Amino acid sequence: MTHVGFWAEALWVTIGLGLVLYALTGGADLGAGVWNLLARGRLRESQRHAIQHALGPIWETNHVWLIFVIVVLFSAFPRAFAMLSIALHVPIALALIGIVLRGAAFSFHAYGIQSDATRERWSHVFAWSSCVTPVLLGTIVGAVSSGDIRVSQRGVTTGFIAGWTSPFALLVGSFALALFALLSACYLAAETGGEIAADFGRKALASEVVAGLLAVAVFVAAGHFAPELLRRFTSSAAFWPLQVATAAFAACTGLTLWRGQYRIARFTVAAQVGLVVVGWGVGMDRHFIVPDVSIATAGARPEVLPALTVTFALGAVVLAPALFYLYRVFKLSSQPPER
Amino acid sequence: MTDLLAARLQMAVSLGFHILFAVAGMAMPLLMVAAEWRSYRRNDPVSRELAQRWAKGTAILFAVGAVSGTVLSFELGLLWPTFMEHAGPLIGMPFSLEGFAFFLEAIALGIYLYGWERVPRAVHLGSGVVVALTGLMSGVFVVAVNAWMNTPQGFRVNEAGQLVDVDLWRAFFTPAFPTQALHMALAAYTSVAFAVLGIHAWRLRADPNSAFHRAAVRIVLPIAIVCAPLQALSGDLSAKHIAEHQPLKLAAAEALFESQRGAPLLLGGVPDVANRTVDFGIHIPKLLSVLATGDPDGLVRGINEFPREDWPPIPIVHVAFQVMVACGLALLAAAAWGAWLLIRRRQLADQRAFLRVLTCVGPLGLLAVEAGWVVTEVGRQPWIIHGVMRVRDAVTPMPGLQVSLAISVALYLMLGTIVIALLRRHVLQVPSSQGPRP
Repeated sequence: MTHVGFWAEALWVTIGLGLVLYALTGGADLGAGVWNLLARGRLRESQRHAIQHALGPIWETNHVWLIFVIVVLFSAFPRAFAMLSIALHVPIALALIGIVLRGAAFSFHAYGIQSDATRERWSHVFAWSSCVTPVLLGTIVGAVSSGDIRVSQRGVTTGFIAGWTSPFALLVGSFALALFALLSACYLAAETGGEIAADFGRKALASEVVAGLLAVAVFVAAGHFAPELLRRFTSSAAFWPLQVATAAFAACTGLTLWRGQYRIARFTVAAQVGLVVVGWGVGMDRHFIVPDVSIATAGARPEVLPALTVTFALGAVVLAPALFYLYRVFKLSSQPPER
Repeated sequence: MTDLLAARLQMAVSLGFHILFAVAGMAMPLLMVAAEWRSYRRNDPVSRELAQRWAKGTAILFAVGAVSGTVLSFELGLLWPTFMEHAGPLIGMPFSLEGFAFFLEAIALGIYLYGWERVPRAVHLGSGVVVALTGLMSGVFVVAVNAWMNTPQGFRVNEAGQLVDVDLWRAFFTPAFPTQALHMALAAYTSVAFAVLGIHAWRLRADPNSAFHRAAVRIVLPIAIVCAPLQALSGDLSAKHIAEHQPLKLAAAEALFESQRGAPLLLGGVPDVANRTVDFGIHIPKLLSVLATGDPDGLVRGINEFPREDWPPIPIVHVAFQVMVACGLALLAAAAWGAWLLIRRRQLADQRAFLRVLTCVGPLGLLAVEAGWVVTEVGRQPWIIHGVMRVRDAVTPMPGLQVSLAISVALYLMLGTIVIALLRRHVLQVPSSQGPRP
């Protein structure tokens, strides 16, 4: 293997790592929208308050992982970025609207001086845009995995609706939403206390069941809609270890949720969801769009890859302690949300 | 409307919207930190209240800036995929560094906004300093990308039209980078300082005894007084730079059709592109040559020297340039008046005429930012990479871009209106240290 291959692979893995971290942090923030929307009854206001309290200091940081992924993608694999942007223009544009509305509505709700009715409206915008965005992101994942998008030397040949409009893409979108909601419910259970935590714990268990069913559905559907992805995944040496580990962490999450050990559940659920994303990455096998755009055909300029890789590594060294401090102050130290 | 025009307008609207929040993200942290520092040094609760109030406003501006910036990073591909396919590796390094700076900024801002009671004072103030520094760096890195589009280097164009033999650092440190970065950074501090001054001067006129607004003016005025003249100097450096590296842009900004020695500076005027003349307008002899070359008889190249198909839309560039310079001069005059009052140790709250002027010039800095951005962006047309790739060759094959333009305009209008309404409430709310909240 040449060194160009090594650097390209390293950057492809970097993108995958960025996606895992986005799913575990930004994804969970999106998932919180589901629980904002579904908050009912007596605990409604305190749950919404808990969500806002949990997201406030960290959601902007969590969101940056998505920008990070995009920047690595177009710096290292510009042709992949261009082809994705053309073939998936519509769902990306729609997801962006969701991201804009979600972020703006959150900040308007949190920092604006306004009447309760107006705040309630922002809360709704936040909740709905948080729910729609993961589905759209999931359809993008489904589309690039399916093999429906074809790319030739001259560019995208399958037009602007291929891939993301299929039932499979929608199924993957629902799966993404379920996983994000699951993450969010576990984190919220760990960060709150008393009956609110118990309620989030029950919601987490329910979403674990839904996510499990959807996982099976996606796996089965992939045989028909994304055969190439499934073949690469199942024939990989990592297939069984990944399956076993994911199932084990899912079982741990279920058990710890059942027993009310939410502070453990938030780590096992992160491992579980992280491994799901890793499994998808194994199936993608160095591709950006199955089957035509891989690290070999993504327009990488070999001369820039080492410097980019080193920059990201050095950046991570600076970033890690800052991230750790942020989470330590706001997430790991125990403090009940003030009312 | 063609798809190309729709794409260009969508990009213009997105950037024109984002840049206001970007300059706020660069400059507001400096004001917050200055106010917090003052509150510790003087044990002054009013300054602390000010820092907290500014921080809340900044939180809204930063959030909208972050999401509109996210839109832009995707829009580069959604609208200009061919540009990104070729330029991605060349602009990857500044964008990557910007990504890290923005990451640190978001982390530090989270600590700053939510950490008032949670972290030690020094850490809190320190996180504010980090926000200010990383905000500045984010802006500088993004400008590095724009500078590369203006004065591209660090690559070779091969037979297939690809940009190969990429030299990341040459592409980073382009000739336009230093002057553009300096001009943008000072633009951020100047425009935001005057915008904040305008708001507090307006309230101070209504309530001259408000310690809150007095403190605000005292903190921000020195920043404006320092930055406005520096910005004029940096504008002069920029003029000399584009005279050398982008002569057509300067000629368009000045609507100078014929190359000439001892070129006059044009004030006002309506360029008549078809007849290659300028109607109306006042010419100040030799001043353009002085500004562009440092020599009263220096040669300034005119628009006619360049092929017609390479001309930018001259009236737009000319008008935008005039607006930018006029706003800058107005701010310079206001800064000079403010400096004189400070030197004479006048009580600013009593200077009602000065406060009125501050209120009136408040929006001009932000207007100048927009106008300046139009000069550099429209002035580069028809190129997306100057001399290398034309805008029309970079656009996406996606049809129906008019729809996404319409949605973008509606979305940004809505967000802009809401932000203004929310900030208005922030401003009008009576500080808690001086009475009950309404």
